Amino acid sequence: MTVSLEAKRADQPFQFVAASYLIRIGAEPVQTLGALAKSLRSCSEASIFFHTFQSLETHHYTSFSSDFAQWALTACNEAALAEQLAIVDLREIVSIADLRGMLVGTVQDYLKEHSQAADRRAFEAFYFCEAREVTVPSGPPAWTLAELADGIHLLGHQSLHYHFINSRLRLHLKTNDFSYWIEHNLNYPWLAARLNRLDFYNDTLDDLRQDILAVLEPQEKR
Amino acid sequence: MSATEVAKPTAVLPVLQDYAAIVGEPEILELRELARRLAGRRVKMVNSTAVGGGVAEILNRLVPLMEEVQVPTRWEVITGGEKFFHVTKAFHNALHGAPYDGSADWFDAFLATNEENRRRMHFEEDFVVIHDPQPVALIAGRDPARHESQRWVWRCHIDLSNPNAQVWDFLKPWVERYDASLFSSPQFTRGLGIPQYLFYPTIDPLADKNRELDADFVRGVLEQFQIDPERPILTQISRFDRLKDPVGVIRAYRLVKKYQDCQLVLAGGSATDDPEGAAVLREVEEAAAGDPDIHILNLPPWSHTEINALQRGSTIVIQKSLKEGFGLTVSEALWKKKPVVASAVGGIPSQVIHKLTGMLVHSPEGTAYQIRFLLSNPAFAKSLGENGYQHVKEHFLVTQNLRRYLVLFLVLLQGG
Repeated sequence: MTVSLEAKRADQPFQFVAASYLIRIGAEPVQTLGALAKSLRSCSEASIFFHTFQSLETHHYTSFSSDFAQWALTACNEAALAEQLAIVDLREIVSIADLRGMLVGTVQDYLKEHSQAADRRAFEAFYFCEAREVTVPSGPPAWTLAELADGIHLLGHQSLHYHFINSRLRLHLKTNDFSYWIEHNLNYPWLAARLNRLDFYNDTLDDLRQDILAVLEPQEKR
Repeated sequence: MSATEVAKPTAVLPVLQDYAAIVGEPEILELRELARRLAGRRVKMVNSTAVGGGVAEILNRLVPLMEEVQVPTRWEVITGGEKFFHVTKAFHNALHGAPYDGSADWFDAFLATNEENRRRMHFEEDFVVIHDPQPVALIAGRDPARHESQRWVWRCHIDLSNPNAQVWDFLKPWVERYDASLFSSPQFTRGLGIPQYLFYPTIDPLADKNRELDADFVRGVLEQFQIDPERPILTQISRFDRLKDPVGVIRAYRLVKKYQDCQLVLAGGSATDDPEGAAVLREVEEAAAGDPDIHILNLPPWSHTEINALQRGSTIVIQKSLKEGFGLTVSEALWKKKPVVASAVGGIPSQVIHKLTGMLVHSPEGTAYQIRFLLSNPAFAKSLGENGYQHVKEHFLVTQNLRRYLVLFLVLLQGG
């Protein structure tokens, strides 16, 4: 029997949102890696989130998508630390507390080995920021894969980022909004998993959109 | 219309839908969705000049777009005498770190002019956005009865990273009476006791200054100004202001010229709130005397298409500012896919990521060095321009500015 995946109707619809972010510039800037380690322990969760997940929305040219990694490289000239901070795999992270712990541990371990780097003044200061998120329902709800794909075509960059990248922390799961809905409302765990394997680190958001749509293209399961 | 309200443009301006071809249909749909949440709210914008300078340019496009998405926005310009603008120019320079030698009565003169404007204006809107220090004391006009329902925002377009203490200590208490402040870069903030938000300035890709131009038109403009289109052209577009270091640009050009044939174009004008412009222009003309390859163009404020053509016809665009608010001319050049050599000051590093979207420099000698490098490596120069275009598209277009304001107002309504 041939089943058209794209036509199957879900139990509950997917509701798209238009997401927007206002960037609030935070407390005193830090000038050294030692100060960064200290501030990483005390800064807001929103700030940790902003400099790791949020920055994936914007960086297309810099070497690393993490702001912490980019600062360690360009302002502190600590390439090895930058690499360690950059390779934290956000797809494995399910809470900001975990992420904070990994970042603090990475910087502390590095400074134990390179104590002279702790108090060396950076070329430029690091400013902790955080994003204020505003979401509003947008577009018609999707009941089928075809309608989901139609809606993804109409998502702005920030909204695509919200559903596919930011959602990982919102859901406290290693998944994204689209995969979660496909798995739980259409009962296609294999398709949800395939979508979730897309590499959002190195794509632009436009590339990511095309990759998502390629996975959701009309398919048949025998 | 009051005496200070800026008249709505009569020329046919692009509408929001026209930007869909550049930023994509989804961005436009979401802007309309956000604006719907502000239905019935009104905004007032206040600054100190209707023409010349980046702030007036931003408001010229932002205000009609706000109106189009049904968020009624009134733009008013404060008025003041020669002394007031002399004082505010001194403030401007001092806030950028220059020495301040104002007399004791200057602060009084500043406040008196603000008070005169406050009495003339009416602040009935839900959101009042005051741009830059000149009108900052208008916050005195805030209606205590509407303290909870009306929000006042101070938009700072200049670099406050190293202000003169005397001037900043005078202004800071006024700033901290606002509900929020907006800065062009994190580096510009001053640890204020009110929320500080990041607001990149933006350009309009469909304005005369930035829209696509026919190659023949570009060539015609160059020839009109006796610039040879066949030889390398280095250009700095900025008003004649010492903080833009036009004399330093001439020094850099002369260092390049020792090794490579080129021409230099210094094109700009003077804003109505800048009384020093004529003096700086004379200094530049003296520095350039005797060199037929230096073209100094003092253009009227309506020369947007000519400036566009000069940028498009340039081989390299320079922005060698000593201090800068944001330096929108950098985004303009990047939008035209031009390789840019610019000082690492103010908001320029937000636009020019060194060796990726342009070259950052720190001196006339460094400027000359990077210009020579780019002239010798045109493929690399081209790649900088391509990256720069994408970078501007992502961050520095007027549609993003509209979105930031809509989100700001929604956040303020939520008590943020």
